[in-house]
Amino acid sequence: MTARPGSTAHDIAVIVNGTERRARVIPRMLLADVLREEWGLTGTHLGCEHGACGACTVLVDGEPTRSCLVFAVQADGCRVDTVEGLAGDGPGLHPLQEAFRARHALQCGFCTPGILMTLVAYLRLHPAPSETEVREALSGNLCRCTGYQHIVQAALDAAAAGRAAAASA
Amino acid sequence: MRPAPFEYFAPRTVEDALDLLACHGGDAKLLAGGQSLVPMMNMRLVCPGLVVDLNRVAALGGVREDARGLRLGALVRQHALERDARIAAAAPLLAEAAPFIGHLQTRARGTVGGSLVHADPAAELPACMIALDAVFHLQSARAQRACRAQDFFRGLLATVLEPDELLAEIEVPGVPAPRTGHGFAEVARRHGDFALAGACAVLALDAAGVCRHARLVIFGVGDGPHLARATAGLLGERPSAARLAEVGRATAGEIDARGDLHATAEYRRRVAAGLAARALGRAAARAEAA
Repeated sequence: MTARPGSTAHDIAVIVNGTERRARVIPRMLLADVLREEWGLTGTHLGCEHGACGACTVLVDGEPTRSCLVFAVQADGCRVDTVEGLAGDGPGLHPLQEAFRARHALQCGFCTPGILMTLVAYLRLHPAPSETEVREALSGNLCRCTGYQHIVQAALDAAAAGRAAAASA
Repeated sequence: MRPAPFEYFAPRTVEDALDLLACHGGDAKLLAGGQSLVPMMNMRLVCPGLVVDLNRVAALGGVREDARGLRLGALVRQHALERDARIAAAAPLLAEAAPFIGHLQTRARGTVGGSLVHADPAAELPACMIALDAVFHLQSARAQRACRAQDFFRGLLATVLEPDELLAEIEVPGVPAPRTGHGFAEVARRHGDFALAGACAVLALDAAGVCRHARLVIFGVGDGPHLARATAGLLGERPSAARLAEVGRATAGEIDARGDLHATAEYRRRVAAGLAARALGRAAARAEAA
């Protein structure tokens, strides 16, 4: 029996960026909290903590998900991808990160991990988006520095580069 | 902001979920996509002692077709409405409305049933389900019952659902009859934001172009989705643009509009009248072309 309601711990196992990680969590812990506090993956940023800003977006089983709106216990058995896993093991950046660098698509960088994860998932399904479609895809991510212009351009560049790479493959 | 402590259960069957609800009643909260519930828990507007997570109940997650039409499990994700060809064929209104539901990230997780039981007055899906004359299948440990969408909503964030009941399945009447069209229109400050006003319509014409079925629902304006009464006047007529505009205005006038810091009541009513005419116009044009 538990000492008080809500203190029952649950053991979870999650494949994070390809590696299995385990933790013991109480139900009210958010997925974002476990990523940051238990596993040290502080690239996932928490902005508003109620699903409005999109900074904490990660991929859960491949789908862009706000990690402040999922309890860690719910992620048991899932695959979670965070910004730390984007570039893989190589020395370089992910092509989308490279486009962000080239286009100066970030200033303070707080919103960037969430935007990258949103766009990675979006471009996978929509390799040739229009500018309007990119803006709609990003409607759930707030950036208070850039005015979005360079972010949208970077996304369009990355999409074009992805298409070129696919054509030459 | 973190939720108050709660106990967590993740049943695998509808029966187990219903037993938990029967035992804990008002202290338990069902968790589906969590895109409305978790923000409210994070802000401690809602503090359930027990959360019953439905995400591992496989029986609630499917899309099926049968002789009567389309059957959506309550846990079908909102993004399935934009991706599933069966839904686009049987209920194209749902596919058209889907991109307006929240954002990419919330549609990936948010569920059809969750949006319906949450009953936000600005939500697209309650309005669409009423326009489509969908039937909701409700279950509790005591009984099962069916409820027409138009009888399910009871004002601001309120429905007929009892504390020990869950919405299990949504039945959407099958492939639309020939010469049936749909229309959807909404205005929000930014794509994906809560609608300031919106409208959806289903309209059918006979071979002579005379209207024989018209359902129009306005959302985001009053305390809940509003099924138009004024469309009754369209039956037996050939709908002209001027008549549809008139019906739009009359329907907006039927609603007790809400004003808040985003828009005044008068603005909402005026915009809704225009959107209603637009939704009806698209529905009529599609019915004509079908």
